[in-house]
Amino acid sequence: MANDNVMHVSDAEFDSQILQSDIPALVDFWAAWCGPCRAIAPVIEELAGQYQGKVKIAKMNVDENPVTPGKYGIRAIPTLIIFKNGTVVEQITGAVGKAMIESALQKAL
Amino acid sequence: MPNGPDLVIIGGGPAGLTAGIYACRARLQTVLLEKTSPGGQVLVTDYVENYPGFPDKVSGYALIDQMVAQAKRFGLSIENGEVASVAPRQDKGVIELGLAGGKTLSPRSVIVATGASPNQLGVPGEKELTGKGVSYCAVCDGPFFRDQEVAVVGGGDSAVQEALFLTKIVKKVYLIHRRDELRAIKLLQERALSEPKIQPVWNSVVEKINGSDQVESLSLLNRETGEHSSLSVQGVFIFVGIQPNTSFLKNLLKTDERGFIITDEWMRTSVQGIFAAGDCRAKPLRQISTAVGDGACAAFAVEHMLNGY
Repeated sequence: MANDNVMHVSDAEFDSQILQSDIPALVDFWAAWCGPCRAIAPVIEELAGQYQGKVKIAKMNVDENPVTPGKYGIRAIPTLIIFKNGTVVEQITGAVGKAMIESALQKAL
Repeated sequence: MPNGPDLVIIGGGPAGLTAGIYACRARLQTVLLEKTSPGGQVLVTDYVENYPGFPDKVSGYALIDQMVAQAKRFGLSIENGEVASVAPRQDKGVIELGLAGGKTLSPRSVIVATGASPNQLGVPGEKELTGKGVSYCAVCDGPFFRDQEVAVVGGGDSAVQEALFLTKIVKKVYLIHRRDELRAIKLLQERALSEPKIQPVWNSVVEKINGSDQVESLSLLNRETGEHSSLSVQGVFIFVGIQPNTSFLKNLLKTDERGFIITDEWMRTSVQGIFAAGDCRAKPLRQISTAVGDGACAAFAVEHMLNGY
């Protein structure tokens, strides 16, 4: 299920890849032990293909990267955060449907 | 003749996947629509130990992966899609499904297997702090509370099983229940009440969840004594029953007062051609084992209807 459109971002790259991104970015905070994260993964991959060049779609593993989730107060996964010009414009908690994520992305564009 | 599929199954939990297995084996052209990916509520459970065939228990997603593989083996088409509207068209002999995003499908029959979602407590602070200490999934969010103190609200099977799961991670679990005894099955009660990390808080309800940016405490009311108190916790996990995922049906089908779909024993709803299976159906026991039975029966009933048996 590997998909080249979804980038994996680490704590170290977060600033340059997400906050400094010149297009809006959606980050999916996830972990291997989280069932609903697995449920939402194919939707994220599909969106990455669809919004290629318009929205940067990234995943961050919260086990390997504790700093960024802590900074944004994340205590639930999956959490999706949409960033625009370095600030949070939308935060979605839980495995929601594609339609809901898309409408949030549309607002950020 | 309508050109839609014979059957659309809405929802990819155990009921929907089982209906898919039976429908494909009956050679019905079947599409299963799932709004995320298959699994449903099974994915939020730590493990399953009451579904027969797994004496050493099985993780929720391992079980679902097996069901998906089995359904695909018989040719089930699983598509990502969320149904926004349902309209029966008796004149054409089809059901019209409007999907979020604008696409439509016109199958000859539909099985609603959309499951249920956790109830909210409906107290101040709950919505604002969801994802910031308020959780409805211990398996997803428990690890964020390592060595901290948390509360679990509820007294049924889910509440007690999740409280037991949390003891593996957190320092202490307050089990807040509005009555003076648990409703969970006896085996789970015995485990919880002998677990030193679980402290029951009897006869109590949560009135408010407090915290500016993260959960800091709960305001409790003791229903016996009328006493108000504050309990300092970093997280609160809420398991106070479920509600059916049936709002997209907009009163098309006959339901009970809580919105669960009423069927006969063939899983037929009040509308011709529409069937219901699993947790979204009005019934006494909601388990993987009963969902599987509903799914099989619903597919069998569809086959009978379409083939005019």
